[in-house]
Amino acid sequence: MAVMSYLEAIRETLRQEMRHDQRIIIYGEDVGVRGGVFRVTEGLQKEFGEDRVIDSPLAEAAIIGTAIGAAVNGLRPVPEIQFADFIFPAFNQIVQEAARIRYRSNGEFGVPLVIRAPFGGGVHGALYHSQSVEAFFAHVPGLKVVIPSTPYDAKGLLAAAIQDEDPVLYFEHKAAYRSIKGEVPEERYIIPIGKADLKRPGKDLSIITYGLMVSYAQKAAETLEKEGISVEILDLRSIRPLDVEMILETAKRTGKVLIVHEDNLTGGIGGEVSALIAEHALFDLDAPIMRLAGPDVPAMPYSPPLEHAFMVTSDKITEAARKLAKF
Amino acid sequence: MAEVVLMPQLGESVTEGTIGQWLKKVGDPVEKYESLLEVTTDKVNAEVPAPIGGTISKILAEEGQTVAVGTPICEIAADGAGGGETAALAAEAPAAPAPSPSAAPAAEPQAPQPATAPAADLRGRYSPAVRRLAEENHINPDSVAGTGAQGRVTRDDILLAASRPQKQAQTAPAPAPVAVQAPAAAAAPAPAVGTAAAAPAPAAAVIDPDDQVVPLSSIRKVIADRMMRSKVTVPHAWLMMEVDVTPLVSLRQSLKDDFQAREGISLTYMPFMLRAVVQALKAVPAMNAQWNGDSIVLKKHVNIGMATATDRGLVVPVIKDADQKNIVGLAKASQDLVKRARTSRLTMDDLTGGTFTVDNTGAIGTVLTYPIINAPEVGIVTMEAIVKRPVVIQDMVAIRSMMNVCISFDHRVVDGAEAGKFVQVIKQTLEGIGPSTSIY
Amino acid sequence: MATLNMTPELLKEMYYTMALSRALDDRMWILNRQGRAPVVYSANGHEAVQVGSAMALNRGEDWIVPYYRDLAMVLAYGMTPREVMLHLLGRADDPNSGGRQMPAHWGLKRRHILTTGSVVATQDVHAAGLALASKVLKDGRVSMASFGEGSTSQGEFHEALNFAAVHKLPVIFLNENNGYAISVPARKQMAIMDVAAKAQGYGMPGVIVDGNDPVKVYEVTAEAADRARRGEGPTLIEAKTYRFVPHSSDDDDRAYRSREEVAEWKKRDPVITFEKRLLDEKVMTAEELKTFQQRIKDEVNDATDFAEKAALPDPATLWRYVYAD
Repeated sequence: MAVMSYLEAIRETLRQEMRHDQRIIIYGEDVGVRGGVFRVTEGLQKEFGEDRVIDSPLAEAAIIGTAIGAAVNGLRPVPEIQFADFIFPAFNQIVQEAARIRYRSNGEFGVPLVIRAPFGGGVHGALYHSQSVEAFFAHVPGLKVVIPSTPYDAKGLLAAAIQDEDPVLYFEHKAAYRSIKGEVPEERYIIPIGKADLKRPGKDLSIITYGLMVSYAQKAAETLEKEGISVEILDLRSIRPLDVEMILETAKRTGKVLIVHEDNLTGGIGGEVSALIAEHALFDLDAPIMRLAGPDVPAMPYSPPLEHAFMVTSDKITEAARKLAKF
Repeated sequence: MAEVVLMPQLGESVTEGTIGQWLKKVGDPVEKYESLLEVTTDKVNAEVPAPIGGTISKILAEEGQTVAVGTPICEIAADGAGGGETAALAAEAPAAPAPSPSAAPAAEPQAPQPATAPAADLRGRYSPAVRRLAEENHINPDSVAGTGAQGRVTRDDILLAASRPQKQAQTAPAPAPVAVQAPAAAAAPAPAVGTAAAAPAPAAAVIDPDDQVVPLSSIRKVIADRMMRSKVTVPHAWLMMEVDVTPLVSLRQSLKDDFQAREGISLTYMPFMLRAVVQALKAVPAMNAQWNGDSIVLKKHVNIGMATATDRGLVVPVIKDADQKNIVGLAKASQDLVKRARTSRLTMDDLTGGTFTVDNTGAIGTVLTYPIINAPEVGIVTMEAIVKRPVVIQDMVAIRSMMNVCISFDHRVVDGAEAGKFVQVIKQTLEGIGPSTSIY
Repeated sequence: MATLNMTPELLKEMYYTMALSRALDDRMWILNRQGRAPVVYSANGHEAVQVGSAMALNRGEDWIVPYYRDLAMVLAYGMTPREVMLHLLGRADDPNSGGRQMPAHWGLKRRHILTTGSVVATQDVHAAGLALASKVLKDGRVSMASFGEGSTSQGEFHEALNFAAVHKLPVIFLNENNGYAISVPARKQMAIMDVAAKAQGYGMPGVIVDGNDPVKVYEVTAEAADRARRGEGPTLIEAKTYRFVPHSSDDDDRAYRSREEVAEWKKRDPVITFEKRLLDEKVMTAEELKTFQQRIKDEVNDATDFAEKAALPDPATLWRYVYAD
């Protein structure tokens, strides 16, 4: 089994799925000749040609809007939004069109579409190259939102997204691209959308998180283990639909839940997860549900101390989990 | 002074770079901002400029080598510098400089505050899980010692309390501690039941690889359960008196052969003790009683149990109506029960109906024990080993056969004065035995 | 060239469809004024551009992405009067949306009419996307988006034209310019006279056509479709026309345009002028016209009765079709 970076896993999955299904096309800004600003699509245009790996005009609404049309007419588009921060010009197309076409046509039309977008901060990207935007989309019935945390998951979730009949947003953390490596099987496989993954069993408290924060939480768990605190980590993998069953299971098992995400606190996924637990697992709770999230400031600043202050780090997770364990 | 040049971070998400080509070699002069080398990453290829002017003093990474961002790649001796100290300089700003001390605290208040701001004292504040588990396990969480923040009773605290065998103990509403008017002499202060129930849970056994784990036999479970229940629910008090049994020893000595020949059984001290206990129970009826929550039940019959060791564990067969028997009768009854106990032939009737218990601990050589009351009885006495000791009698030292009698008693039912009187009667009865005492 | 395809049968079908649309339209207003239909959006006045353009396409195979005013277009494309009425009255069997969307939000998969939302110009990029797939899959289809001149102020209009022109996509952008976006006149949407002039900026032909002449619209659309099929890319057609009624049944156009202006345009009512032309040119006899009128009346009555008797959606179906599975 090959060891790949998170980024390589995405690229190789795109390659593998494109070889397997002629209907898959990729397009977006700089994805062709340049292979994407992060090199995710490097070499794909050379292999699959300009008809299937398309450098599109710099217009996000058009990228997503045309992808919707192309999907209806028989293709499997996998457009890339260069940075998740740039997705908002396409917000209407995603939320009011892609998400609603099946519903508004009474099941006649569907939009099999995967929107890939690098997101997240801690890479000096400042306000417009650092955002976590998942909560906006997780709010919308008709969309699916997945965020892988490992190269293995990156492959399985991307393949599942591409094979899905509905629009899926696939968010890739920029800081994970090259820093997270892991074994990835060569054969095709999928990880079902909507299923969470218990990344680490534990008994004193549960950290529920996703994406890059999973590896930060794992680091925190290792630190706390030395202090005799046993931390369970549930990787949501899918932000919509949420794996309610596993969320409740872990909450009931440990009775203490810390929800971690880099996205802003208010209106973030943490609120939804927290509400589910409060609704369905109240009598198993031994502590208030805790959230550790990006602060409610408009976006991540550029200068290192400010960026650091914004970012959710392994140390901050350790501290919050310790506090919860001792409660 | 030499400046160490670090592999710069060339682009977002890049974690390492490969040395392409060195444009300078060791000894070459270099101007500030002049290109030092080419670096290849999977995002960009770039020339890395010198952070200071000077002379290349060391090259630390070879062409073709891939190194992590932040790794030293060369050193530049500053113009006019004599070397020695080095200072690390990245060609670019370091990836994530530690926030300055002043910046970090300033940023903290902006960081999300955990929703939980624990109150100063969390005793008496229970989480939903604690409430539910306490209810399910009939535990009063007020009686559980909290190990959480600010004394909070945690879910684990309740689960531990629930894992203890004495459920009834915790079920019982914690009674207000009895105002005990024990004489100062009365042994240990009576513990309040509430705190007894709150006693820490037993530590879990540590099982090492070579250890043997033996499942509990049913009799062991019953013993464990009864002992625990008694110890946790009954406020035990204890006292002891010395009894001079020199005349008893003489009497027994003089009778035992005859007795054996005539009755077919040996004459032990036990029937004398039983007889003395019967006298004491008559003198202090409160000892022949049972605690009944809001009342005390004085028992009509005097049925004395005898704690008896068997291969399978402790049993307490009962001599019914012991007050109706003389020494011989008591001897026969007790030996019959002991025999049947040791051959597992006791009936249910033999084991029930006791109103008081006698324990011949002296048989194993002890001189002082602290027996556990066979609840709901009120007391248990022991007869300790008879030992010859120097004793002062009328200001003279004499060698006497001495036996200690210990009693544990339920302080809810009787106080030290009554228990003392009870043992006193035993003492007087035994010491009152003489050569002419009839055993019939 | 294209007129060679205009057989008398096609011309009569054109007329029939325009007249049917007008009659259905009138009936829908009646139902609205009776309180039986909550809202109506009309094609009234636009029949020529809609029918002429639709009939120039390979109907049911080429894709159309209409907007809310395109009743006559969807009829020409094969939607039945019964289906139109089921949609108006929100019935369970409405093939457009199963009673989920407001009236005039067309969509009919079996005839390749893509479902549409309410935010204007979104359909323009969808048409470009349909065409992108046709280009990649080489399926020979052409796509056509239609839209009012108000929506040409939207970013997606520009993005769609630009994208389609860059990638030479087989798509037609049909602007039905009736001079008003609800109350706002065209001169407040744009500082130029003609929507078609914008085409030049994207590198595609921009064609102005009389939107009240179905034959001329047919001709330019056919030419644009041919061009698209030849791989030469998109065309922007601006059909100048007029709506004779308010924007919707909830609007009152007296607030923003004079009765004289409306009366002037009504002299060029496409249904009336085309009827006269077919009679004058003896393509259609008076007898045929009478037959058509009776058939239309019957069809409209049948559609109304049918839809009114049709079942409403079961509330339990609210949860259907959020996702495929």
